Amino acid sequence: MIDGSTIAYLYIVMLAAFTGYEIIKSVPVILHTPLMSGTNFVHGIILIGAMIALGQANNTTEQVLGFLAVLIATINVVGGYVVTERMLEMFKSEKTHG
Amino acid sequence: MDSIVQIIYLITAFIIIVGLRKMSHPKTAKGGIKFAGWGMLIAILVTFMVPNIQGMVNISLIVAAMVLGTLIGWYSGKKVLMIHMPQMIAMYNGMGGGAASAIAAIELLRYQEASLTTRGLAIVGAIIGTISFSGSIIAFAKLQDLIKRVVVLPAHQWVNILITLAILACGVMILMAPTQILYLIAFYALLLLLGVTFTIPIGGANMPVVISLFNAMTGLAVGINGFVMNNASLIIAGTVVGASGTLLTQLMAKAMNKSVSSILFSPHPTGAQGSDTETTGSLKPIDVADAAVMMAYANKVIIVPGYGMAVAQAQHKIWELVQQLEHRGVTVKFAIHPVAGRMPGHMNVLLAEAGVPYDKLVDLDEINPEFSNTDVSLVIGANDVVNPQARTHPDSPIYGMPILDVTNGHNVLVIKRGQGKGFSGVENSLFTMDNTRMLYGDGQDVVNKLIQAVKTL
Repeated sequence: MIDGSTIAYLYIVMLAAFTGYEIIKSVPVILHTPLMSGTNFVHGIILIGAMIALGQANNTTEQVLGFLAVLIATINVVGGYVVTERMLEMFKSEKTHG
Repeated sequence: MDSIVQIIYLITAFIIIVGLRKMSHPKTAKGGIKFAGWGMLIAILVTFMVPNIQGMVNISLIVAAMVLGTLIGWYSGKKVLMIHMPQMIAMYNGMGGGAASAIAAIELLRYQEASLTTRGLAIVGAIIGTISFSGSIIAFAKLQDLIKRVVVLPAHQWVNILITLAILACGVMILMAPTQILYLIAFYALLLLLGVTFTIPIGGANMPVVISLFNAMTGLAVGINGFVMNNASLIIAGTVVGASGTLLTQLMAKAMNKSVSSILFSPHPTGAQGSDTETTGSLKPIDVADAAVMMAYANKVIIVPGYGMAVAQAQHKIWELVQQLEHRGVTVKFAIHPVAGRMPGHMNVLLAEAGVPYDKLVDLDEINPEFSNTDVSLVIGANDVVNPQARTHPDSPIYGMPILDVTNGHNVLVIKRGQGKGFSGVENSLFTMDNTRMLYGDGQDVVNKLIQAVKTL
C-alpha cells in the first residue's frame, strides 16, 4: 500500500510544512492580513486540480462538478491575487512617500 | 510531455514559495505577490499540456469556466472596500475549499479507477474542503452583517458531534458501497450543514481566527487532493498554506489570549456576564476645541485606532489630522494592537490605504513603554484592546489579553460613537479615569472638526 512515490510525497509534505511554518514565524503583525490573503491566493492552485478533473470528465455529472470546480477555483486565484496586490500596493515607507 | 510539465510544476512551486517568502517582509511584499502571481500563471498555462486533459467539449468548458471565474474574481476583488477585506478573503477561501470538495466528489464518483486508499483520502479531502466552504460563507455573511446574531442551538456541541458521527458513517458507507450515490449525497449535505452549525455560534470578534483556520483547512484539503490526483504541486502549495495557516491561527488566538479550541468549542454569548458594577467615576466629555488645543501643543501624540475607526471610515481624516499636527512639530505615532479590527493587521491595511507610511505604525510591544512619555493618547473606535480590566479583573472575559497601556499616558482622549460597551460586552474603566476625556460622535465627523480646530490655532 505504501510504495516509493507515497514515501516521496510524505517527505514533500514534511518539508513543505516546515517551509510554511518558517515563512509565518518571522512575519511582522502588519503583514498578517496581506499574508493570510497571499496564502489564500496560493491555495488557489487547486485550480490545476480542477482543470485536470474537468479535462478527464467523461459524463455530464463530472462535467458539471468539474465546471463548478474550475469556476470557483478561478475566483479564488484571481480574487485572491487582486485583493492581496491591492493591500500590498498601499504599503509604502516614509522615504518613498516623500 | 508529462515530464516537462512536471519539471515546470517544480519550478513554479519554487517561484510561489519565494513569492510567499518575499511577502513576509514589508519592503519586498509588493514584489512578492507579483512573483507568486507569475508562478501561478505559468502553472495554470502548463496544465493545458497535461496529456489527460482531452476532448474539445472539456477543454472549452475549462476555458469558459476560467473566463467567467476571472471576470467574477477580478470585478469583486477590485470593487471591494478595504473595510470589507476580511469577509472577502473568507469568501475567496470558501471558493477554494468548494473547488477541493468538488474535485473530491468527482474522484469518489470514479470509484472504479481508484484504490481504497485514494478514495479514503478523497473522503478526508471532501470533509475538510466542504466544511471550509460552507463555514467560510457563514463567516462572510456574519462579517457582512447578513447574519446579525450569534445563533446557539440547545446542546449545540452535541448537535455538532451527532452530525460529525453521521458524516463519518456516510464516509465509511461510501467506501464500502461506492455504487450507492445516496450515501454520497447525504455525506455532502451533512458536511455543508456541519460547516454552518460549526461557524454560526462563534461571535464576530473571534471571526478572524476562524477565517484563518478555514484558510489553513483549505490548504490542507488542497494538499490531500494532491495525493488523490498524484500531483506534487498541489501537495506542496497546499501543505505550505496548511502549515502557515495553522501557525497564523495560533498567533491570532494567542494575541487575544484565548486558545483556538476555546474559540471554536465554547463560544460564550456576548454581554451575558461582566463586572460592570465595579467601575467607578464618571464619563467626562470635552469640547472639540479644547481637545484640539491639547493635541496641537503636545510634544508627543499616540493614536490608537480600533474597529470603530474602520466603521466610521475615518482613516483618511485621521491621517490629515496627523499631518496637521506634524506640521506643528508634534511627534505622532500609531499604536497598533494585533487584534484591533476584525483581522490581525486590519488597522495597518486601512491606514496604509489612507497613505500613512508603515513605519509610523508601531506594534504593541514596542509602543507600550512609550505611553509614559506621551502627552496625549487619542483612542478612536478602540475599546477592548485598551481596557485595563484585562489586567485587573480576573473575572472579566477579556482578562489576560495583552492591552495597549493607554492608561500610562498623561492625557487620554477617546472618540466614541456612544456610551455602549465594546465587542466583548465589557465595561471599560479607561473611559472613567481621571485623565480621560470623551469626544462623542461619528469618528469621521469628530476628526474633521479636530482638523478644523487645529488649523485655526
